[in-house]
Amino acid sequence: MGVTLPAFQTLVDTHWRDVARLAHALAGPVDGDDVAQQAWTQALAAYPGLQSARNLRGWLLTITHRCAMDAHRSRGRRPVPSDAVGDLGPVGEVAGPEVALPDTDLWKRVADLPERQREAVVLKYVADLDHAAIASALQTSPAMSRRLVSDGLAALRKDLL
Amino acid sequence: MNSFDPDLPLDRSLESVAAGLRGFAPTVRPPSLPATDVSYCVEDTVIGRMLLAADNTGALVASTFVPDDAAESRLLERLSRAVSPRVLRLPGQLDGARRELDAFLAGRSHGFTVRTDLALASPFQRVVLPRLAASVHYGERATYGELARAVERPSASRAVGAALGANPLCVVLPCHRVVASSGALTGYAGGLAAKEYLLELEARGSAGDVGR
Repeated sequence: MGVTLPAFQTLVDTHWRDVARLAHALAGPVDGDDVAQQAWTQALAAYPGLQSARNLRGWLLTITHRCAMDAHRSRGRRPVPSDAVGDLGPVGEVAGPEVALPDTDLWKRVADLPERQREAVVLKYVADLDHAAIASALQTSPAMSRRLVSDGLAALRKDLL
Repeated sequence: MNSFDPDLPLDRSLESVAAGLRGFAPTVRPPSLPATDVSYCVEDTVIGRMLLAADNTGALVASTFVPDDAAESRLLERLSRAVSPRVLRLPGQLDGARRELDAFLAGRSHGFTVRTDLALASPFQRVVLPRLAASVHYGERATYGELARAVERPSASRAVGAALGANPLCVVLPCHRVVASSGALTGYAGGLAAKEYLLELEARGSAGDVGR
């Protein structure tokens, strides 16, 4: 027989706060709950087909990230730079109030980061994922994930000082 | 005292940014998911803490004693393996079964109409438990040996005892009505006090003829 997976409710009880935090950090308070709900619905549908019970948290958070990006794209409110490090995206795009992240200086700066830096920084420090997981979520290499995180963090610090 | 130090080590200032991100604490609520392959609830009854679970057709697959969290986890894992890993705590799905159990334990009814499924049972239990339910009625008692003979395994009274001891549908499939040939209550998954309660309840009920 295949792997023995824990009852899905165990995942919900253990990880729902982490999924919700990541959803809110990536999609903001308006869409955060919907994104989290969608992530759980998708995870529930895919669950019996999972080949491994290792790193279920990473699996859930990766789904959450994908749902946040889908919601993001369908709203089309922000530029999506093709390469965050070079940041070829439109310059000077200011996140309007509708990009609703918590109203603190730090989170305003986060919202203004180039898209992939923003995702990488949130995946690293809000979701507490490692670079292997971040790289897989962002479909890049761990080295690039490291660079996105450190560039993003440095930009946030510079802005804050 | 706390004057700003321009030569603050790099990682210290980065660390404070990271700490701000880590401290992100939005107002969140748990997801609400629809009924799926297995729904369950945990209920404190007069005979102990019990877990009821139903499959996606509404058939009851578990009615078992879970005295603590560890027992609950073990049962959830069994459900995951035997039925489906899509197991959710949805008490509303068990309303019918819960009502019947409450009525039974209060002496207001003498049986169950909820459909059952022996997904958690072993092949031998699938022989023994239906026979038990069909042949040992409310207020009656049988011995392990009698039940062994009833399933044509006269020398298997120990195996019958084991099959009943691991009954996944306690109370609903009445393993509490089976006692040792000496008349002693012997063991019960919910503890001897629970078994005693059930037998006394049934003795009272069948004597006083309480309707359903």
